[in-house]
Parts: sequence; structure tokens; C-alpha cells
Amino acid sequence: MPSDRIFGLVALMTALAFIASATQIQTSFLSDPVGPKMFPILIGVVAVIGSLSLILRPDPNPDWPAMRSFMALLVAVVVLIGYAFALKPFGFLIPTAITAGILSYQISPKINAAMMSGLGLSVGLFGLFKFALGLGLVAFPRFLTG
Amino acid sequence: MEIIDNLALGFSIALSPYTLMLAVIGCFLGTIIGALPGLGPSNGVAILIPLTFTLGLDATSALVLMTSVYYGAMYGGRISSILLNIPGDEPALMTTLDGYPMAKAGRGGDALVLSGVASFVGAFLATIGLMLLAPMLARVAYLFGPAEYFALYMLAFCTLGGMASNNQAKAAIASCIGLGIAMIGVDNSSGLPRLTGGNLHLMDGVDFLVAIVGLFAISEVFFFIESHGKGSSIGIKLEKVTIPWKDIYETKWTMLRASGIGFIAGILPGAGASLGSFLAYMSEKSIAGEKGGFGTGVPKGVAAPEAGNNAAAGGALVPMLTLGVPGSGTTAVLLALLMTLNITPGPTLFTDRPEVVWGLIASLLIANVVLLLMNVPMVKIFVRILQVPAWILLPGVTMVSFVGIYSLSGSYFDLVLMVGFGALGYVLRKLDIPTVPVILGILLGGHMEDALRRAMVLSDGDVAYLVSSPIAIVLWVAAILGFVAPMMLRKFLEKPQRVTD
Repeated sequence: MPSDRIFGLVALMTALAFIASATQIQTSFLSDPVGPKMFPILIGVVAVIGSLSLILRPDPNPDWPAMRSFMALLVAVVVLIGYAFALKPFGFLIPTAITAGILSYQISPKINAAMMSGLGLSVGLFGLFKFALGLGLVAFPRFLTG
Repeated sequence: MEIIDNLALGFSIALSPYTLMLAVIGCFLGTIIGALPGLGPSNGVAILIPLTFTLGLDATSALVLMTSVYYGAMYGGRISSILLNIPGDEPALMTTLDGYPMAKAGRGGDALVLSGVASFVGAFLATIGLMLLAPMLARVAYLFGPAEYFALYMLAFCTLGGMASNNQAKAAIASCIGLGIAMIGVDNSSGLPRLTGGNLHLMDGVDFLVAIVGLFAISEVFFFIESHGKGSSIGIKLEKVTIPWKDIYETKWTMLRASGIGFIAGILPGAGASLGSFLAYMSEKSIAGEKGGFGTGVPKGVAAPEAGNNAAAGGALVPMLTLGVPGSGTTAVLLALLMTLNITPGPTLFTDRPEVVWGLIASLLIANVVLLLMNVPMVKIFVRILQVPAWILLPGVTMVSFVGIYSLSGSYFDLVLMVGFGALGYVLRKLDIPTVPVILGILLGGHMEDALRRAMVLSDGDVAYLVSSPIAIVLWVAAILGFVAPMMLRKFLEKPQRVTD
């Protein structure tokens, strides 16, 4: 099945769900002729038409990467989400070094180069942001520095 | 002369040592950003906005800095197009067609200098055009009521959808994704939350900066992980760089024509720089005919798209400043910048805050001269920067994006959302669905709905009011044509494919 068709189906479902939730929007007594529901519903309708047309007339498939690359992408997403959560409690330096190192390894699998670029980016960017640009970043987690 | 007075005002702001310094820094950064493969004007400007914001620059300084980055990135994009055959962004694609063959034939230095001069001509003429046209359009824009604005937003989405994608349905879906996201949050008129799913983080809506950085910068990282950074190594040696006076002289008419075409294409809301460089290249190709040898590495084939592309970048600022409707992906990002700085583009900007507009125009002129002076002698330095390996560059881009977004709100939620937008951007780009309409939708969705609702209040719910004025009718007709015409013309306007080795 062409990827466009799958995407069309997903978009169709999302659009229908969007319309459904748009009908549930609370209206206030102070409403204008259009109200807060109308425009979201219109958007949903256009999206439904677009997805139907995509399902009926899909383009040829793009070159999807092999399964292994997909796993790599998934790992990258998980690592980045982890980084998002780690940035506040663990300070800047350690999570950044780890995340940058992993990403670097994923782009070019050389372990030493990846470690160096992780460390270098972490320290270098911290210096840049903290001292040149004056952003309020915390270097280490509180439980290390006391 | 009003223009001279205004320009004098602009230069009095932009020529202060501090702003001049910002312009030089911006040009330098911008050229690097444009030159690096995987970083174009859009994502370069996008990742810098949050940082500028946290630096606490005032509106004019921030604007000068970011527009210098914008123009610089347009200049820098040609370096990777010519030497690596990798267009830094969509409009630079046309430059690869003749630039890369020229570089392979050992004339890389000539191509770089020539394209630098062509960029200068295009951008310079476009800035003059902007000076002349924008105040006039600002006066017309006073006639715009909510119905006209609604039609104008439709026009922007339709032309963008028609031009930017090979499949109208995909562009329409992309616009809907953006508009739908813009609906999330507290409703402006009733003050009640909409479509938040009860999530408190979503009450304020989705910050467009989070979406822009995710869609443009983070998705790029995913592409590099997929390809393992292949194809980003430099294959062409650059010998001594001299100024090819003969080529510059011979392409003078090409540059002028291409600038004119590019500027007009840039003014069309939604069409933007890609269309400018495309039309400039195609028209020069047909003027030169079969004997012109376009596609084999001729100087005219380098000069035309570069002049067109940079002229379009200037032209795109006209609708952005006067109407608040951006003409390209990067101007959409600049619009985001203005919104972050609390500057509302539109006709009132010209009367209420002339120092912002004319300071911006003056700094564009300055940035142009700085870029020309910087680019010709320093081209070797920029070429060296191309050799930064992807495995340092892309993690670095990611970290800068994270810090930028984190410094905006300090919440993990925006960061997770940004990663989500990155993944969405990857899937969309894989499926050849344009991401610029998504950005435009998020930026303009609120305004578009307001325009519609205000129009309906004025007419007491009569839909015919939307097409009741001549301006609105013209805009609607243009919108429908802009969406439908490319379907008919697609056969004739086939996009040339990238040169492959």
C-alpha cells in the first residue's frame, strides 16, 4: 500500500477527530455570528477533502530507509525526549555531552570522535551560552555541587 | 523628497557603530549558516530567534541582526550549491544546475565570485524596489477590511500550496495541520479554551518558535541520521580565486532581468524565493536558446538564479512588512521574529514605527555592501567552514535548538513538543509534503480566524460580504488561480532535476 494512502488515512482520522472535538468547544453567551466552533470545523473539512484526494490518488512511494535506520531514528527520538526531561534536573553539561555524543555516533559511527564531539560541544556551547551570551544555564545538578 | 528623508532616518539608526557591528556579525554568521549543508536561511534564522530574544536586544537591533543573518544565509547558500551540489535550501536548487558543472570544470572560484556579484545586484535592486513599493502598498493596505484580509490569507495559502508542492492535496493538508495547531489554546473572542484536551501546557497554545525549530532544524538532524552524513564531503578543490570581470560584464543584462523577475515573484504572497530563482533561470534559458548551453556550466546560468533568488528575498519583504503576509518560508520565520518582538506588521507599521521600517531598510542596504565585501575576498574561509563534519555540526545544531527553546519557557514540555515537530517534519518531508504551509498556518491561523469573525460581525453573518468589495474579489480570483493554475501548467513548468554525477 502506498505510503501516501496510509498518511491519507491517518490524516483523515485526525481530521475527523479534530472536527468531533471542535463541535464540543464551549460557546459563551457573548458569541459572534461565527462563534469559536466554525473555523476549526472548516479547517477539518478541508483536511478531510485533502486526505480523501490523497487516498484516491497517491503519489509513488518515497525511498524509505531500511529497518535499521528506522531503529536509529527511533533511538534518536527517545534520546532527545530523554534529554528534554534531563536538562532541568541534571544541569547542562552531563546530559548535553551524552546526547550530543549519541547523535554524533548515529551520524558517523566512530566511537572516539563521537565522545570527543559530545564533550567538546557540551563544554564549548556551555561557555558560549553562559559567558558570551549570558544565558542562565546551570552547569551541574544541584546534588553534585551541594 | 519623502524617501530621502526616510532613508536618512533609517541610516541615522542603522549607521550607529553598535548596529553596524550587529550587521557585520549577522552577515558573517548568516553566510556560514547558509554555506553549511543542512542549514539554510529558514532553519538558521529559526534557531537564532530564541537566542536573540533571550539576549534582550531591543527591537531594531534584533531586527538588524536577524535580517543580516537572513541576507547572509541567502548569499552563503550558493557556496554549498556550487561546490557540493547540495542546495542549502529550496531556492538554491537552481544554482546547482550550472554552478556545480562550472565548479567541476575547474571554474569554482569564478562561479562563486560571479554568483556573489549576482546576489548583490539582485538584493540591492530588490531593496530599492522595496523602498519604492512598500510605502505605496502600505497606503493601499489601509483600504483592507477584515473581508479583504481573509481573502489575502486565502491567497497566501493557495499560492504557497500551488507553487511549493507537486500535489495540491498535500499542500492543503499541510496548511490544515498548521491552521489546526493554531486553533489550540484560549479562544481570543470568548476567552474559553479550545482543543487543549484539558492539558494546562496547551492553554497558551503552541508557540510557533517551537514548531519552526522542530520542523526545520530537528527534522534535518533526523535526515542526517538516516543518511549517515553521506554526501556532505567536499569533492572539489578551489584554486586561486580571481574576479572574473569578463563574465560579470557579459551577464549584466541577465542579472538585471533576473532581478526584475525575482522581485515580482517575491512580492506574490506565498510564492517566494523558489519561484523567483526558478522563473529567472527558466526565462534566461529560453532567451539564450539551445546555443546558450544552460545546464552545462555557463556563467549566465549561475548569475540568473542567484540574482532572481536574492531579488525575491527582498521582494518577499514587501507583503511581509505591509500586510503581514510572508512571501516565503524564511520570511515566515522573519514574521515570527517580528511577532516575538511585539511588532505587528501591517500598514500602521509605516506610520507608527517608521524607525523600525526604515532602520530595517537601511540595514539591508548596509548588509548588502558588507556581504559583497566579505564574500569576494573571504570566500576561501567560508569554503573551509564547509569542511566541518556533519557529526559535529548536527549535534551542535540540536543543542543550540534545545537551549534556545529551553531559555524561552524553561519547561520540558516545549522541548518534547519540539522533538515531536521534528519527527513530524521528517515524515512530512519524506512524503513530499511541504512544511512551510504548516508554519504559515500556525503563524496566521489566529489572524485568519479573527478576520473571518470580524467580517461576519460586520455583515451580521452574511457570507456574501466576503466577496463584496473589488479588492476582495480580485484576491479571491487570484487565490483560486494560484491554486488551480499550477495543476494545468505542471506539464510545461517541469522542475529541472538536480545534476547527478
